[in-house]
Amino acid sequence: MLSFVLRRLGTMALTMLCLTLVVFFLINLEPNLKKLAISQTEMHTSAEQLEGWLAGHGYRQNFFVRYGQWLGVLPKQPVTDPTTGKPAQRFSFCNDPIVPTFSGVFEGDFGCSTKFKTTVASKLFPALGATGILMFCVLAVMVPVSLLIGILAGMREGSRTDRVLSVASIASTATPEYVSGVIFTVIFASWLGWLNGSAASASQGITFYNFTLPVMTLAIYGIGYIARMTRASMVEVMTQQYIRTARLKGLSFKGVVVKHALRNALIAPFTVIMLQFPWLLTGVVIVEVMFRYQGFGYTLVEAAGNNDIDLLLGCSLVSVFIVLITQLISDVGYAFLNPRIRVQ
Amino acid sequence: MQVQYLGAFTVILEVLSRFWPVWIALIIVMGASFAYKKKLALYGQLFDSGVGIVGVGICLFWLFTAIFASTISPFDPLAQVPVMKDALPGAIEPQSGLVYLFGGDKLARDVFSRMVYGSQIVLIIAPAATGFALMVGITLGLPAGYYGGKIDTVLSFLANLVLAFPVILLFYLLVTPGIMDTPIPYALAGVFFLFPIIFFSVLFWTRFKNRPDRIYILLGLTLILGGWIYVGLVFDRDPLKIVHIDPNQLNIFVAVVFASSPGVFRIVRGLTMDIKTRDYVAAAQTRGESPWYIMLWEILPNARGPLIVDACLRIGYTTILLGTLGYFGLGLAPESPDWGTAIKDASRLLRSFIHPALPPTIALMSFVLGLNLLADSLREQSMKD
Repeated sequence: MLSFVLRRLGTMALTMLCLTLVVFFLINLEPNLKKLAISQTEMHTSAEQLEGWLAGHGYRQNFFVRYGQWLGVLPKQPVTDPTTGKPAQRFSFCNDPIVPTFSGVFEGDFGCSTKFKTTVASKLFPALGATGILMFCVLAVMVPVSLLIGILAGMREGSRTDRVLSVASIASTATPEYVSGVIFTVIFASWLGWLNGSAASASQGITFYNFTLPVMTLAIYGIGYIARMTRASMVEVMTQQYIRTARLKGLSFKGVVVKHALRNALIAPFTVIMLQFPWLLTGVVIVEVMFRYQGFGYTLVEAAGNNDIDLLLGCSLVSVFIVLITQLISDVGYAFLNPRIRVQ
Repeated sequence: MQVQYLGAFTVILEVLSRFWPVWIALIIVMGASFAYKKKLALYGQLFDSGVGIVGVGICLFWLFTAIFASTISPFDPLAQVPVMKDALPGAIEPQSGLVYLFGGDKLARDVFSRMVYGSQIVLIIAPAATGFALMVGITLGLPAGYYGGKIDTVLSFLANLVLAFPVILLFYLLVTPGIMDTPIPYALAGVFFLFPIIFFSVLFWTRFKNRPDRIYILLGLTLILGGWIYVGLVFDRDPLKIVHIDPNQLNIFVAVVFASSPGVFRIVRGLTMDIKTRDYVAAAQTRGESPWYIMLWEILPNARGPLIVDACLRIGYTTILLGTLGYFGLGLAPESPDWGTAIKDASRLLRSFIHPALPPTIALMSFVLGLNLLADSLREQSMKD
């Protein structure tokens, strides 16, 4: 087991290295650097000045050298001030060093956000905290509701309840966040006026009034999928020999479902819930943009829209880490929950 | 100038009557399918359950809407009639006397016509991109599952690499105006569009290599047709000027294929690993058939059930992806009538007007729902066998 986890962690590190290299390559394409230079300098700058800005801020060093600097395996060089010829800070708002130092991801320095004029860490981690609250609320709604729907539907396969709930869960998987968000806003904010169509005020304080719509919108897309998986698992469990034995022993249907079927039926949905995280990540971006909630997704969109290199790298590192770690947890957890599975 | 309005009931009647070519086509196709359902194998079995009929109906409805878009929609989707800015549903356009059935949007365009034309974009890109993703996934998944070992390790690692990328980040990196100046989209397109040609060439070669009368015709057709489309799509140099794709549409297409082929790869790989242990594969191996013959003519046909179901779900998922792209304003032109862009434009103004938001959302939702219902009933039917 330990060697399995270690090997998986090794693959994970390799994957993250490859992915950040790809991201680094894509955001350092020539048109993207131009875009960054234009947004960072004043209007109507000549091509030479743009080039001068890029060179002056160290963007013209060798690609791999810069990737190494970002990782922290090569020292970050200070830039030379063109007027005095002395070493100067790359970005003054990030307190960049004047002497060559190793300060990259390995040293815990995620770099400098050109859009928000601050360090990436001071922008990214509060945003992650805000998104964490959102995610927690979503999971707290999504998991119980979807498990309940799945169990009720799978308890008696082919019954009326089963068919109604199945169609409902198919419908919910057909409603992406930007569709359900619009429909819910129209119903609950425009017509009924019960809820706020914007979560911008949620950064100051979360209330039922401003936070329900984002949570509902985000939860509804996942509910259908998890419910269907739970139903399939429940249906399978209900046909097992030990369920029939328990029934023949004279246990009530309710007792069989609660005592014998439930625990076995909930193993498969655990994996599905863990693997929902990558989807939730995309959903978070849509929902945060739609309801103007200042979290991770909002930061990602801002970073991507302004080609904020270090911030975007930080965002991709975080999201890739979340995807991979949930995969690992789902594999390890599955082996723990289901004693019939042994990982090699 | 005063704008006149129709009543709600008249608007509904008018909408239903505008779809007349769709209703006629639907009645013909559904009627014929229902009458001959015994002879239509899996497709015919769909008509045994209510869910299947509804699924087929919705999908065909949007298919015919896309085909007859120019007849159904009263206005040009891009035309702006200034007096109709933010007009409510049922407003009559004073000059032509035609009706803005679902009202006008903030740029005074007809919401109904835009919704109808939006179906064209979705119904061309989503199935085509899914088709290419299937080709890529099958061509790489079969050897990975069949041979295992090094090929499997490398290909699976690459697939997991793409799958570990959050889709939205991938799109922000791959679908930007800047990237069109670099050769990356064209290189990716060049690689992806090669797969169908390889797939069909190998398919025909393994089966008919000892029958010169068939092989030359089939291979020749594949190479000529495939090469023609390839040149048209990747280099935009079609000598006959028929095959053409906008650079930004090519970009979207490539990004969508890139995002969804690893999923197909994983499914095909899993199915292949399962099926290769069957007796008929062992029999083919004993006969001395080549590995690619076994993969394409023994394993693939037996994996078709789950693959068809997955393809249906995947077209729906691709539709959602296209909507996401439109919602973030990536790739498609800002005035494009596709549903995602329309939802983006309308959702910013929800506080003042809700009518431009509802038609595209309901259209997108119903189309994906139709595909999901279709997939569900296909799965149920194939499980019965």
